[in-house]
Amino acid sequence: MHELSIAMSIVEMAEEEAEQRGVEIEVVHLKLGALAGVVKEALLSCYEMACENTVLRGSRLAIEEVPVVIFCANCRAQRGLGSLQLFCCPECGTPASEIVHGKELEVVALEIKECAPNPV
Amino acid sequence: MRSEPRLIEVRKNVLKQNDMVARSLRDRFHAAGVFVVSLVSSPGSGKTAFLEKTLTLLRPKYRVAALVGDLATENDALRLARSHAPVKQITTGTLCHLEAAMVQSSLEDWDLNQLDFLFIENVGNLVCPSSYDLGEDLRLVLISVTEGEDKPLKYPTIFNSADIAIVTKIDLAAAVEFSWETVYQNIQAVRPYMPVFQLSAKTGQGMEDYLGFLVARLMTLRRGAEV
Repeated sequence: MHELSIAMSIVEMAEEEAEQRGVEIEVVHLKLGALAGVVKEALLSCYEMACENTVLRGSRLAIEEVPVVIFCANCRAQRGLGSLQLFCCPECGTPASEIVHGKELEVVALEIKECAPNPV
Repeated sequence: MRSEPRLIEVRKNVLKQNDMVARSLRDRFHAAGVFVVSLVSSPGSGKTAFLEKTLTLLRPKYRVAALVGDLATENDALRLARSHAPVKQITTGTLCHLEAAMVQSSLEDWDLNQLDFLFIENVGNLVCPSSYDLGEDLRLVLISVTEGEDKPLKYPTIFNSADIAIVTKIDLAAAVEFSWETVYQNIQAVRPYMPVFQLSAKTGQGMEDYLGFLVARLMTLRRGAEV
């Protein structure tokens, strides 16, 4: 269960941005790959805990799940993976070891309240 | 007055801090010419016995050392010390995995130039360690015959993040009706082309092939450094 330390890193990142820009954050947008090794539900509940006693308190974590996309060397094309239990091209069946998407664990955007109490 | 919320683009890797430390560790390891192997497995699959055998067999010819992560106790370090290799325990407390910064601080008083191989035994866990780069050259995932052949399918993320797989305790294979073909297929399904070795740390069967693989990788690393 490492979701709490991940949630704390996300909050720290967002806190830094909020402070630098002098804004209040409403929503943190995160891309979460299916191969990132992080459970969405656990991360969401840990996020709330991690926000306690920070300026992020009351903010929301919006998670966009990113499915695994592989590069098929045979088709010379990117393909979505049907199942995490079978890393093969869904079209031609060639085993696929090159992962294009699915490892993301990335804060991509922050939604802020335009009316900060102390505009910069 | 309240206006529309505004979106700021950020694009920051959440594990950036860990990845940066891991990258600087990897640079240091390569500059010193030390080949670094990390070990992941579920608790009880025999990581420590396997590592003790590995250290014991490599030590006559190579300079080896190990870091070993556990939630609590120094037991594993004491066991590994029987190999007479330098060993240090990292106790993580409640943390379920090792992070690059823990490896970095454990290495503070070690001279990497005096090493050929460094082994890092992660906390027994097939979930959390997959997300954290430790600066290793090779991530080795261990599965014992007593765990069942479908472990790779149940934990595809960690198997997919590994570079080689070791099937251990094959001296018990017949007793638990273990199928090598099935486990091999399952490993290849979640990580195509990954090399897989079967061995017994207890009897020593199969250790030679796997150690040969490690030594070849060390040589490749050293040759790369000369170019």
